Parts: sequence; C-alpha cells; structure tokens
Amino acid sequence: MNEIAGMVFIIIGLVFDFFGCLGLLRLPDVYNRLHASIKCVTLGTSSILFGLFLYKGFTPMGIKALLCILFLVLTAPVSAHVLSRSAHKAGVKLWEKSVCDEYEQDKK
Amino acid sequence: MVKNRIILFILAFLLWLLLSWSLSLKNLMLAVAIGALISWLAADMFVGKSNVLNRPTRYLWFLYYVPLFIWECIKANVDGAYRVLHPDLPIKPGIVKVKTTLKSDTGLTFLANTITLKPGTMTVDIDKEKGLMYIHWVDVRTQDTDKATKLLIGKFENILKRIFE
Repeated sequence: MNEIAGMVFIIIGLVFDFFGCLGLLRLPDVYNRLHASIKCVTLGTSSILFGLFLYKGFTPMGIKALLCILFLVLTAPVSAHVLSRSAHKAGVKLWEKSVCDEYEQDKK
Repeated sequence: MVKNRIILFILAFLLWLLLSWSLSLKNLMLAVAIGALISWLAADMFVGKSNVLNRPTRYLWFLYYVPLFIWECIKANVDGAYRVLHPDLPIKPGIVKVKTTLKSDTGLTFLANTITLKPGTMTVDIDKEKGLMYIHWVDVRTQDTDKATKLLIGKFENILKRIFE
C-alpha cells in the first residue's frame, strides 16, 4: 500500500518537474522563467522526496528525504529572490509586454 | 548569550541524530561534538531573540499556517502549469510595490518565501527601512500599492505577525 502511494507521489512530482522545465523553455524573460522553475521544482521535488519517504518508511533514507523537503522549501525561494534581484540590479530588462516596473521607477 | 547557544546546540544535536538515524554510542559522541562546534560558531547568527519561544499561541498559529501554505503551494503549481501549457501564454507580468508592517528578520523572510511560492508572485527585493516589498507578478491586476497589498499579502501578513512578532 505504502509503495503504491509512494509511486503516485513520485509520478506527480515528475509531472510537475516536467511542467517547470517546460516553463523554463516557453516563458519569455528571466523573471517569468524563475516563476515557473521555482514553483514547480519546489513542489515537484518535494513530492518526489515525500514519495521516497512513503516508499522507504522510517529508515535512514526516508528520514533524510523528509529533512531535504524542509531545507528545499526554506532555501529555494531565497535563491529565486537572489537571482531575480541580482538580475534586476545587473540591468536585465523585463519582457517588452510587461505592464509596469515600479522597482525601476523607485531606483531612480 | 548562553541561552542562544544551548538552544542551537539542542537543535543541531537533534538534527544530526535525525540525519544519521542511529543511536550508537559513537554516533551520540559525534552528535555532541558537532552540536558544540555549530553552537560555538553560529550562535550569534542563528537565534536572534531567544525569548521568541515564550508565547505558546505562536505554535498554534504556526500549525494553522503550514497547511494553508501547502495549499497555496499546490494552487501555485496548478496555476503555473496552466499558464505554461496554454497555447497563448496568458501572462501579463510586471513588478508592483506592496507595503508591509512586519519588522523582524525572520518574519520578513517567511513572508518573502511565502509570496514566492504563492500563485503568480515572486519577491524581487525588500526595503526594510521603508517597509516596502517589490513583487514580480505574472498577472498584474492592479498597480495601486494599497490594493496590491491587500490582494497579495493581506492574509499571510496577519498570520505571520501573530507567529513572529
């Protein structure tokens, strides 16, 4: 039973990781690509790790997978924030159809 | 601060035991050594205010926050997958400005992380002195600061204020 549930979680995670990579290819600029990759990869990878925990149970591997979820959820958004901020400071332009950029206005 | 060091020592000790998942004498000794090393090196950085642990209602609010956060995260993924798979790419991106009343570093970090994993929003920068956050929004519905504040961070800001301030 646990093995089937684990497999289901791993497959869901793989599907979301795939969507994240697809977003990385399809979306137009750095910031939109970060959206797709960070959201889908955080939940997708967490889901794969949680599936591994269900599959393995309370063994060293399963517990490490749970701890990895915790660290991933705490650190992945920070990396997205740092990447987008440094891209903006380095002068990477937003997509030309973007609506507004109040960060740029406030920097002047 | 001795109290900070003790808290950090216990956390590092437990984390090491969880990571290695064995209770042999050798491993326990290693855990004590590692806990001591980490609490000696990083006590000032890690626990800013140890009296944060006093009020118990924080933990109840935190238990309420976790499922809400996971639900928002799942919604964000479905939303992102829809935008990516739609043939016309229904996005209208832009960077908007919101006001926040949170002051503590931990609270701001959690708010920024929550926003990044919420549907369609990502924190670009925080101005701590002015209490401003710059948020990249995939689907800009309003450019007005107050309306955007209410739409984007209203609910989570109240919860996080109860947990961390």
